Amino acid sequence: MAQLPILSLLTFLPLVGAIFILTIRGDEDVVKRNARHVALWTSLINFALSLFIWVHFDTTTADFQFVESKPWMPSYNIGYKMGIDGISMLFVLLTTLLTPICILASWENINDRVKEYMICFLVLETFMIGMFCALDLVVFYIFFEAVLIPMFLIIGVWGGPRRVYASFKLFLYTLAGSVLMLLAIMAMYFDAGTTDIPGLMVHRFPPELQTWLWLAFFASFAVKIPMWPVHTWLPDAHVEAPTAGSVILAAVLLKFGGYGLLRFSLPMFPDASVMFTPLIYTLSIIAIIYTSLVALAQEDMKKLIAYSSVAHMGFVTIGAFTLTVQGIEGSIYQMLAHGIISAALFLVVGVVYDRIHSREISAYGGLVHRMPGYSLIFMIFMLGSVGLPGTAGFVGEFLVLVGAFKANTWVAAFAATGLILGAAYMLYLYRRIIFGSLTKDSLTAIKDVSLREVAIFAPLIVLVIWMGIYPAPFLEIMHVSVENMIIQIESALNASAAISIAGQ
Amino acid sequence: MADIPNIIPALPELFLAAIGMALLMLGVFHKTGGIEDIKASRLISLLTIVALLLTVLLVSTLSGGRLVTFGNMFVSDTFAVYCKVLVLIGSALAIIISQGFLERHDMARFEYSILILFATLGMMMMISANDLISLYIGLELQSLSLYVIASFQRDDTRSTEAGLKYFVLGAVASGMLLYGSSLVYGFTGTTNFDQLANIFANNHGETSIGVIFGVVFILAALAFKVSAVPFHMWTPDVYEGAPTPVTAFFSVAPKIAALALFIRVMVGPFGGLASEWQQIVILISVASMALGAFAAINQTNIKRMMAYSSIGHAGYALIGLAVGTEAGIQSVLIYLAIYLVMNIGVFTCILCMRRDGHMVENIRDLAGMNRAHPMLALVLAILMFSVAGIPPFAGFFGKFYIFVAAIEAHLYALAIFGVLSSVVGTFYYLRIIQMVYFEDPDEALDPPAGKELTIVLTVTGLFVTLFFIYPAPILSAAAAAAASLFSG
Repeated sequence: MAQLPILSLLTFLPLVGAIFILTIRGDEDVVKRNARHVALWTSLINFALSLFIWVHFDTTTADFQFVESKPWMPSYNIGYKMGIDGISMLFVLLTTLLTPICILASWENINDRVKEYMICFLVLETFMIGMFCALDLVVFYIFFEAVLIPMFLIIGVWGGPRRVYASFKLFLYTLAGSVLMLLAIMAMYFDAGTTDIPGLMVHRFPPELQTWLWLAFFASFAVKIPMWPVHTWLPDAHVEAPTAGSVILAAVLLKFGGYGLLRFSLPMFPDASVMFTPLIYTLSIIAIIYTSLVALAQEDMKKLIAYSSVAHMGFVTIGAFTLTVQGIEGSIYQMLAHGIISAALFLVVGVVYDRIHSREISAYGGLVHRMPGYSLIFMIFMLGSVGLPGTAGFVGEFLVLVGAFKANTWVAAFAATGLILGAAYMLYLYRRIIFGSLTKDSLTAIKDVSLREVAIFAPLIVLVIWMGIYPAPFLEIMHVSVENMIIQIESALNASAAISIAGQ
Repeated sequence: MADIPNIIPALPELFLAAIGMALLMLGVFHKTGGIEDIKASRLISLLTIVALLLTVLLVSTLSGGRLVTFGNMFVSDTFAVYCKVLVLIGSALAIIISQGFLERHDMARFEYSILILFATLGMMMMISANDLISLYIGLELQSLSLYVIASFQRDDTRSTEAGLKYFVLGAVASGMLLYGSSLVYGFTGTTNFDQLANIFANNHGETSIGVIFGVVFILAALAFKVSAVPFHMWTPDVYEGAPTPVTAFFSVAPKIAALALFIRVMVGPFGGLASEWQQIVILISVASMALGAFAAINQTNIKRMMAYSSIGHAGYALIGLAVGTEAGIQSVLIYLAIYLVMNIGVFTCILCMRRDGHMVENIRDLAGMNRAHPMLALVLAILMFSVAGIPPFAGFFGKFYIFVAAIEAHLYALAIFGVLSSVVGTFYYLRIIQMVYFEDPDEALDPPAGKELTIVLTVTGLFVTLFFIYPAPILSAAAAAAASLFSG
């Protein structure tokens, strides 16, 4: 089975689907229907394929699995290499799960240029999976950057009234961060003589160089995560993006940054990471508290959830830099939980937006009287976002706080305030939309969730509760890889400490 | 009795010159008037394309060792072969996309293709020059043909103005080149590249100020030809004024030839003076990238925007030269190959911008193109992302190798400046995509006229999209070409 290039298959299958959609010709309605079906089935097959990989994934080794390697630019010693370990496995699953959900969520509300829309989503899926599977820095960078193209088009073509501004901001902000990382990749290439990721993980970069490389990578990842103060593109992008665009943006694109920190910054530049840990803590705590307060004051539902994303990602960065098993596992778990919960929350907003065409919180109120099913779904995800025990959100935040407590009690104390504020803004949002009396004329005829919508939410509900009650299968996947990573980092730190002592 | 020089290394040039004269005869003695003019121009442009492609074959047979002839004034090496092939392909593509335009605008005269052919001949001589004198002759043959082509649309004041402006400023540049050459000759006693290289390699850091002055003058003239800041002023006006297929031709073939010449002169004879000219090239490069990025933002005419874009691209290519190493030159050569395809593609898209049978050139006119012509819009978007340097398109790789070379040479500041100005530049390429995809159409454009445009668009679009799959052949060809420049 190792011979079958299953990761390449997983990566490029959506692209094949996209090319197929491109060739569809004929009557407009036929084209629309076919494009939708092809996109859905391609992404579902891809999801099945990723489940197959999950089943065959060996949780007892920290090595990269399903590795494929081909020469690509031999004169530069850059190869095409793919592989996954415990850290990337779950993100691949997250991506393949959410793409069909996004396509299903756009089934009825996207009627303009359906063909192009589905092509964008399938191409986006290819780039996202490729990014998580890439085991060569240049290949990684190409996927990382290429994601911007479909995202730019999704927001710009199918977005809201200020879509041009939002899409340009997203593109230029993230591009500016990424190009610096590109230069850092080149500098790493000349220091280590390779762009092979496993090879770079064992290469020891000189500490001064590490500082610069770390900063360059941070410039890129901080924008992607996004960390305060470079988060401002996110609320704009979320508000203007169509529902499925917001879903994929919050669920997968934001994870690029966190994944990048875990895959590159920590194992490759351990000395610099330790040096910059206070900076990360400070920015994360500011992000958690400040954006939670900002979220409290929002009038727009999507904007509120966007700010809550920034706050939740603050936990991710804190957890990653505690360099404890709990902290890092918590940060990965938090990313997965946030990926599912925030995706679901944007879908929840999408449901009422499709009916009323307003995202203003003040346009709603008392929905529980007309939409009991909807209120229940909303409540589950709202509580998941708050971090109620028994939901996925709790496990991640709890592990992060345990790790943070081990590393620095003050950080844990400040981060914990974020939980309270999180409960405040989410419950406040829920109360304003769901409870109260149904007084607005526009809402009197509103319909409850349809069967298609239930089908979209059902797998997400199952996951939120499963991940909250029985997290072991997920933690098991990442555990060996995370432990191995920490051992590597610690031995690298000890080695450089020994050198600096010897130097004195 | 003088020996007959070895004509083998110059065979492609001789072939092209003979064909050019034969075609001229054919054109002169062809029947004239009305439909016959168009027939003649069709026939001759077809024959010119065939001749150019045959020359590509002839040139390729010469790839191998370094051959010099005509008293050491003419050299043929792998570097020359690589650049000549690019120039020939660029010229052939330019003629292919021109014909329909010429016929629609009543300018279908047979001289057009022949002028391009002679310009190409001049470029090939520039690329193969091994002496300041042969350099000048090649350059002038090219430039004089280009001045005429720029004003080929005789009854259009903009075109005439473009030709005149190009001529006056070009003449100044040629004057500077001659003045610089005479200074170099006066202080060293030779104009031959090999002898100059020897002199500067063995002068132990003592270079007379006169030579430096000469080199700076030559540099200024070459910067003019590649339209690098501060000698770029002619570019926007000429690009805007000249007929669109001519602009397409200007933006590729002469530019590639001039950059090849720039590289040969700086690395060859003046290689020993690298420490003197490197800082100038860095400055020119930084200024070109900055101007290319910022000045294009406010343009409303797409040809003018592409003019600034090409200034910016000259800046990126010059990074590779500023590095001055083999890796640097290799990266420029890769960049030029990719740049050639992208620019021909973009200008073919511009040639497709017609409404009610008239050419339109405003960026605003692209609005909503996606609805009327989805495939054309897709190709234009791909090309724009590629020109901006967004992976996985070819343009990204062009920039990638350039920056790899810059980082290898520890030119960190230059590299950082380069990537940041490319982010700024991305803005105006995205604006085109915004027009094509995000805006609603005012009035639909006409469908692309002519099969040849569609074919060129398909080929360039596929090349740009699929370059990443198998880049190795171009990489190794460029590597061999760069190596030949340093071995001699």
